[in-house]
Amino acid sequence: MLIKKEPDIPSSQITPKRLYLNRRKFLAGTAVTGLAAAAGMRLSEFNSPEASVQANAKIEGIQKSSFSTTEKITPYKDVTNYNNYYEFSTDKYGPAGLAKDFKTRPWTVTIDGLVPKKQVVDVDTIVKWATPEERIYRHRCVEGWSIVVPWVGFSLSELVKRAEPLGKAKFVEFTTIYSPNQMPGLKVPVLDWPYVEGLRLDEAMHPLATLCFGMYGEVLPNQDGAPLRIVVPWKYGFKSAKAIVRVRFTDRQPLNSWNKSAPDEYGFYSNVNPNVDHPRWSQAKERRLGEFLKRPTLMFNGYDQVASLYSGMDLKKNF
Amino acid sequence: MIRWFKPVVFLACLTPLMHLGWKAYMGLLGANPIEVITHATGDWILRFLLITLAITPIRKLTGQLWLIRYRRMFGLFAFFYGVLHFLTYIWLDKFFDLHEMLADVAKRRFITVGFTGFVLLIPLAITSTKGWIRRLGGRRWQALHRLIYFSAIAGVIHYLWLVKADIRKPLQYGFVLALLLGYRVFVWAWPRLTDSRPGSVPTRRAEASET
Repeated sequence: MLIKKEPDIPSSQITPKRLYLNRRKFLAGTAVTGLAAAAGMRLSEFNSPEASVQANAKIEGIQKSSFSTTEKITPYKDVTNYNNYYEFSTDKYGPAGLAKDFKTRPWTVTIDGLVPKKQVVDVDTIVKWATPEERIYRHRCVEGWSIVVPWVGFSLSELVKRAEPLGKAKFVEFTTIYSPNQMPGLKVPVLDWPYVEGLRLDEAMHPLATLCFGMYGEVLPNQDGAPLRIVVPWKYGFKSAKAIVRVRFTDRQPLNSWNKSAPDEYGFYSNVNPNVDHPRWSQAKERRLGEFLKRPTLMFNGYDQVASLYSGMDLKKNF
Repeated sequence: MIRWFKPVVFLACLTPLMHLGWKAYMGLLGANPIEVITHATGDWILRFLLITLAITPIRKLTGQLWLIRYRRMFGLFAFFYGVLHFLTYIWLDKFFDLHEMLADVAKRRFITVGFTGFVLLIPLAITSTKGWIRRLGGRRWQALHRLIYFSAIAGVIHYLWLVKADIRKPLQYGFVLALLLGYRVFVWAWPRLTDSRPGSVPTRRAEASET
């Protein structure tokens, strides 16, 4: 069934971004010019957040998902201008502009490792593997902020099933593209590139885990991980790898990039957990973008249905 | 120097705050305004501390002795942005949750060291007046005001310890601070290393003791 159902709040109404863009450009361009020049500031500073707002193609036939939260969706302009995407920049306001010309086609994903047959699949094939769903998820960054995003995609299990992993396979590893010509951040060795993330196979099979290629009803913007990413809403944001080019099935726990860079600060599991602090800061609260007061952080980011995946595990040790 | 120069410098020192205020008014502080305010005020503390610490080396190396008249103002602006940074933390970030703040100061080493750096600036701000220089006497006043070295070091460490992985910016501040403190170490140590004649040391030492 490909009947398009409207979500409760049509995403198109959440942020009239083109109006927003025009108003800002006008204001920044007129009244401000003199002031900015006088203060010796770069004018681009004023325009940069908006300059990168662009319209992406609509995704047709999106269905609603029962996993969606009814919480207020974070404005599109925030989700597309505030990005932790170190391949482009460690400045969260950087990727929106720097990823503008990033090439997302042609794009293939290599599925290999403990599978009967290595596959190299075009992303346009992958996105047709199942009906796209709008999944409105809470997204909690390890830094202490959170957003609510209407992702578009389907369960990651659709990919896992098609890969037919062998019985030995216990984990799945995701690798982000390494393209230094397009990604200026790769010249800075803040992490051991390319970016690698991983999940236990049963985590990857959990229906909440999402293979994502869109948001706000449109094709995923480059700075948010286009053309293909995963979204694992009960884990800290860095677990949700972006711009994936390789999915590898393995019997050993993958060494994810952040775990490799600071093993005492970022674990393999990295489940959202208010009771386990980051060694340098508390994880008990979070600031939802757009809100003034911090709110308490929920265990598994409020996705209690995943708790059984970790029964019997010491989550303080397996942070 | 020209009479109107000081007010102009004063206003220039306020532009970072006006810039923030203007951005806030126009809604240009981005997705996470409190983070932007915290980072901006924090950056300007370090910048003003480094400017303050640069006055003496620049005076000595260029002979522009009049610069000393601006040192107190720069130091006080470091403190001013320190107060704003601290207020951002207790009001916007912690919303006056004393319990949480005390836990932070005790448990989070980057907060502990940042808080220390801020506290060290308080006596310096209080004793920045002519009256206090007189009361303390030049020597003791100067000794007290060397606390700025430790405050600046604490500030850089605070920054270094809070970033997730990209330590380039705190290292830049650290590099400039190392140069400025290295100059002082050099001025202090050089005559002692090269001059064995006892008579020549005191004059050089007197010069070096000025912060």
